Amino acid sequence: MSVLKITDLHASIDTEAGTKEILRGVNLTIESGQIHAVMGPNGSGKSTLAYVIAGHPKYTVTSGSITLDGADVLAMSVDERARAGLFLAMQYPVEIPGVSVSNFLRTSATAIRGEAPKLRTWIGEVKEAMKDLQMDPTFAERNVNEGFSGGEKKRHEILQMSLLKPKFAVLDETDSGLDVDALKVVAEGVNAFRETSDAGTLLITHYTRILKYIKPDFVHVFVDGRIVESGGPELADVLEADGYERFTSASV
Amino acid sequence: MSLAEAPPRDHAPAVRSLNFQDFMDPSNREEEWKFTPLERISGLLEPIGSASGIGWASTSPYVSEVAIDDPRLHDSWTPTDRVGAVARGAVTKAILIDVPKDIVVDGSIVVDLKALAAVSYAHIEVVVGEFSSATVVIRHDVSADVVGNLVVQAGAESDVKVLSVLDGDATGRQLWQWHTIVGRNATSFGLSIALGGEVVRMVPSVEYSAPGGSAVMLGAFLADGSQYQEHRLFVDHAQPNCTSYVAYKGALAGGTAHTVWVGDVLVRRAATGIETYEMNRNLLLADGPRADSVPNLELETGDVVGAGHASTTGRFDDEQLFYLQSRGIPERVARQLVVRGFFADVLSKISDEGLRREILGRIEQRLGMESTSEVEDGGLDV
Repeated sequence: MSVLKITDLHASIDTEAGTKEILRGVNLTIESGQIHAVMGPNGSGKSTLAYVIAGHPKYTVTSGSITLDGADVLAMSVDERARAGLFLAMQYPVEIPGVSVSNFLRTSATAIRGEAPKLRTWIGEVKEAMKDLQMDPTFAERNVNEGFSGGEKKRHEILQMSLLKPKFAVLDETDSGLDVDALKVVAEGVNAFRETSDAGTLLITHYTRILKYIKPDFVHVFVDGRIVESGGPELADVLEADGYERFTSASV
Repeated sequence: MSLAEAPPRDHAPAVRSLNFQDFMDPSNREEEWKFTPLERISGLLEPIGSASGIGWASTSPYVSEVAIDDPRLHDSWTPTDRVGAVARGAVTKAILIDVPKDIVVDGSIVVDLKALAAVSYAHIEVVVGEFSSATVVIRHDVSADVVGNLVVQAGAESDVKVLSVLDGDATGRQLWQWHTIVGRNATSFGLSIALGGEVVRMVPSVEYSAPGGSAVMLGAFLADGSQYQEHRLFVDHAQPNCTSYVAYKGALAGGTAHTVWVGDVLVRRAATGIETYEMNRNLLLADGPRADSVPNLELETGDVVGAGHASTTGRFDDEQLFYLQSRGIPERVARQLVVRGFFADVLSKISDEGLRREILGRIEQRLGMESTSEVEDGGLDV
């Protein structure tokens, strides 16, 4: 079993107006097989949490720690974190012109697995994963994220997750910009991945909608750079009924 | 102004002559020499007595050396700038790549140029007859200065590909005019690779001698150190139902390198039903270099299928790097992927796989990237 442990994490970003603290003491422990939903209003810093876990250079961690099975994640480069077993499904995946999806996937898998996957089994593996996500085979020939619809981008993120098999996956608003059909496909992909891999999942979302399809074990309310309340799935129902108001007014 | 009177054309060459003295002394005040560091091409603007004709080598039976007045050479082509006229006036011989009609040449006709003196003058003509198809690769020699003209005649219904490869670590200056005449329904493809040379000035131009021709002009260039590279293109649409597509990609790696891309397209009144698009993209990999990019489209008729241009110069995108690294890909490999991706659409048009790999390898070597098997060369069919 693996453990991702975030302790008293503080992080800031440099803006033209000066340094701005966004994460203000995040504490969160995720174990293999668990699904944690982090829910919060716009601007609460929940996406920053995702980026800081992945190591985006734009953010500076000022104090606190992130460990993966005891190893210091903050000391690792972005690619080292991925190779250690962390994965971030991005809210806004970037285009990489001229780099095909198939080339990208194989280069990633080679880096994560430490050796190039055997061609024959690899092709079957990719085909199968694409079929599960209801992706057209011609998708592999397109350039990474170039001209993808919102739904295609998110499926492509989940496709990578299922091929790279991380120990922990952070899904940053993977549900945003999806219609109900696409949402179901993506949610099935996430569920199937957890069942087959026993990975831990950190699901960051603004809406409760995706929780109809992905059942979290824990729900955390994220306001003003920290978790202000944690509970079971029932906490999502409270948020669904009452919104974030109670928490945002309490935190001021 | 009456309707019959054409408006002034800003970008068509004002002078055509075999005599360099018919051209004004170049000055940065003139549009066509606006960017060129004239002090760095001093000595090449008038004939030099000690200069030599260019040497060459080829194993192809279609290549020969002929007198400059050989009737197979184009009889009416004349240089449109001063350096072209200097070279044309100085040469007594031409390298002729002559493919008669109704012949499909397998593989590439490769011509290796060899500079034989401090300054060499060159005249090369590619003549491909009706219904023929040929691919010609010109490998330049950048070890010394070369001033030359390359004239391509694509006969009716022919399919002609010409690849110009300027590569090497040496510091010669390379000034070329490269003119293509596209015949009826002919398909012309030109690819200009510029990696080496201290000062490179490539002036490719295209004209159509009959309707229905198609011209593709692609380029990939890389500059660093103190390199100056100028690509100044002119597409002259004077025939109906022709197409032109121009795409140049440049990477600026460091130092005080300066690249200039000027793409002039003139669509004359008679050129109805044409389609033209030109594009230049530059990737800045460091803070020192400078890229100028100037597309110009002049339309004298609105009766066209399409006409457009695009130009961008951008820095290496850190978000791309983050995305790739977040998938476990080390930074070195990620940078390589992005650069390969940047050049992919141009380099993928090189059908000779050996040449394509060689050029890609040279670009990566120049960028300090070791060749790696971690990155696939192209798409992998899934």
